[in-house]
Amino acid sequence: MADYEVPKITDIPVVPAIQEGAMAHSSPFVSRAPFQEPMGYPDELVDNWQEVAIEKMGDLTTKYRSLKVFLDSCVKCGACTDKCHYFLGTSDPKNMPVARQDLLRKVYRRYFTLAGKFFPKLVGATDLTKEVLDDWYTYYHQCSQCRRCSVFCPYGIDTAEISMAAREILDVVGVGQKYCNEIIGKVYEIGNNLGLPGPALKATLEDLEEDVEDETGIEVKYPLDVQGADVLVVTPSADFFAEPHIDGLIGYGKVFHQAGINWTMSSHASEAANFGMFIGSYDNMKRVAMRIREAALDLGVKRIVVGECGHAWRVAYQFWNTLAGPFDFLDPNYPVPQHIIEVTHDLIQRGALNLDPSANDDKRVTFHDSCNVARATRMGNMPGGQFILPREVIKASVNNYFDMAPETIHDSTFCCGGGGGLLTDDLMELRVKGAMPRMQALHEVVKENDVNYLAAICAICKSQFTKTLPYYDLPMDMIGSVHGLVSDAIQLGTKE
Amino acid sequence: MSMLTLGYSVLFYFAAAILFAGLAYRIYTYANTPSPLKIVVTPAPTTKAGVVYRMWREVVLFESLFRSSKWTWIFGWAFHFGMLLVLLRHLRYVNEPTWFWVDMIQPYGIYAGFVMLLGLFGLWARRILVDRVRYISAPSDHLMLAMIIGITVTGLMMKFVSGTDVIAVKNFMIGLLTFNIQPIPEDPILLIHLGLVALLMIVFPYSKLLHAPGVFFSPTRTQVDNPRETRHVTPWAKDAN
Repeated sequence: MADYEVPKITDIPVVPAIQEGAMAHSSPFVSRAPFQEPMGYPDELVDNWQEVAIEKMGDLTTKYRSLKVFLDSCVKCGACTDKCHYFLGTSDPKNMPVARQDLLRKVYRRYFTLAGKFFPKLVGATDLTKEVLDDWYTYYHQCSQCRRCSVFCPYGIDTAEISMAAREILDVVGVGQKYCNEIIGKVYEIGNNLGLPGPALKATLEDLEEDVEDETGIEVKYPLDVQGADVLVVTPSADFFAEPHIDGLIGYGKVFHQAGINWTMSSHASEAANFGMFIGSYDNMKRVAMRIREAALDLGVKRIVVGECGHAWRVAYQFWNTLAGPFDFLDPNYPVPQHIIEVTHDLIQRGALNLDPSANDDKRVTFHDSCNVARATRMGNMPGGQFILPREVIKASVNNYFDMAPETIHDSTFCCGGGGGLLTDDLMELRVKGAMPRMQALHEVVKENDVNYLAAICAICKSQFTKTLPYYDLPMDMIGSVHGLVSDAIQLGTKE
Repeated sequence: MSMLTLGYSVLFYFAAAILFAGLAYRIYTYANTPSPLKIVVTPAPTTKAGVVYRMWREVVLFESLFRSSKWTWIFGWAFHFGMLLVLLRHLRYVNEPTWFWVDMIQPYGIYAGFVMLLGLFGLWARRILVDRVRYISAPSDHLMLAMIIGITVTGLMMKFVSGTDVIAVKNFMIGLLTFNIQPIPEDPILLIHLGLVALLMIVFPYSKLLHAPGVFFSPTRTQVDNPRETRHVTPWAKDAN
């Protein structure tokens, strides 16, 4: 199945011995002119790239306290060294969070610290050579920015911040990553990551309405660009047609239908994802986020709800208010933005939905906490609500629920292996190996509790698991949307 | 005044100047570098009081480290809190008359010296024996441990191997603080001890020892989790396109 060795699932998780250079060959396709130019980046390595890179690095350390403090504060205690799923899956020591940070830190020390200027060997500082730049490209594209290392760091050093900075420097010197930059271009040009134009989207949603009516006998609406709707739903474009994502979208529609909520999607903002975050570009992230504000104003909605998407929820929850706010034109009785899980959870609490969990009795379900949701956001009013609410929604929809091992869920959750702008076929080996820790924990609940359904609330997780589950001898269709479960359990025609 | 006394006096004034000016500069820089976005690692407190409690647990209990590595935690905690007690015990060299609690902790400070040493050797052992930690260690990481172990061992030697004239040491230290220089005892172990301490003070603001102020400026820990409720805007970010 693969020309590399798929990591073995062991009885108990093992921290591998380091193997230097094990993943040195893995890097994504480099971006080309048509994708670089619209974003204002050079399309090949600029002549004075060292100068440009060092200048950008200096600039970023004055713009981001996180970067400055994180580059200065690491004591190399090693607490993070066994926390990254890519290290656990590949054994490459440069995938240990501290070693990944050091790729940038050693250059920072050389050019920006006294010790590194005078005693480079002593403090592990090096010049910015082409080899170092190549290492940046290779290993900062083996970080999914999942923040698991940051949870375990005594100083909260977040490798995601470092890898975002590194990718921005790489873009500025002309070596961007094709996957992310091509996708951001599509968002600007067409409106979503998948490049689905407005008319095609309209037709897709109409087909979906027919399918749901055929199946349920109820006219559930999947509205697009409805002026004056109460709720604007912004969801990852995979929800429009990919399996199993679309079952989630079907579920959102059924929930709104039964609760009698007047909602719409937008062709202008037909994408929740914001890959501007992955490449560390504040300007691009802001530009992508502004589409949501524009759509909300155009349509005159009162609320904004975000669909099942991990990093999109991070950008929405943590950044939208800063990037595209203030949202004072929306109904102040609801949080801005709201997660679809918060909406459904609230409706369940208020008895507005009629869910029959026995409709899902063929399923034995576990839940994968998506990294960005778990470690960068919240749901509801209390810290940790992002763990509680999805599980309560699932438990209201199914009778058989089992958690994976405690050290692999909640804020200790393992990334699916495809986050942070790495969900591309040119990184397949990395994705398969990076999925190992999650697959290990999943195997355990499959063995002990006969689990046959892995629920998730992230489009990247769903796509990634669809691809990687078979490598670990698990069926690709065991991954599904949380709102797919809601969709199966909801008893249409009984409440509305 | 002997050359030795003069040399050590100058060294200590220099080291203190570097330490305080360097740290002040670092703290000023950290405090004045914006955090354009909310990047707190969740679950996180939703109030300022909650953040203070979170930071207290982080700084006093090393909570995150406890979650990640029990060995590093136990060695790290033993070292830091052993050192704290040892440092408090040393107040008797600058404090006259000594406060009652400084007198009270004197005997415990001695034990703390051994606890501190145990922690340091444990950390060094991990740095050498665990392949992952060995890989990430630069020469300076080893030297830093060697320096602090040197300070601790010479300190304990003056207690248990060959005593030094502590009254004279105290006179020297108080002399430095009051700009009324007194002779330093010509005890080689004491001179090594004090020399290494001065070196530590000098490298502090230029090394990874910056983790001490750094932790208080780490946005992933110090921010309040309230991005939906309160709009977070910093100057440069406001002007970005």
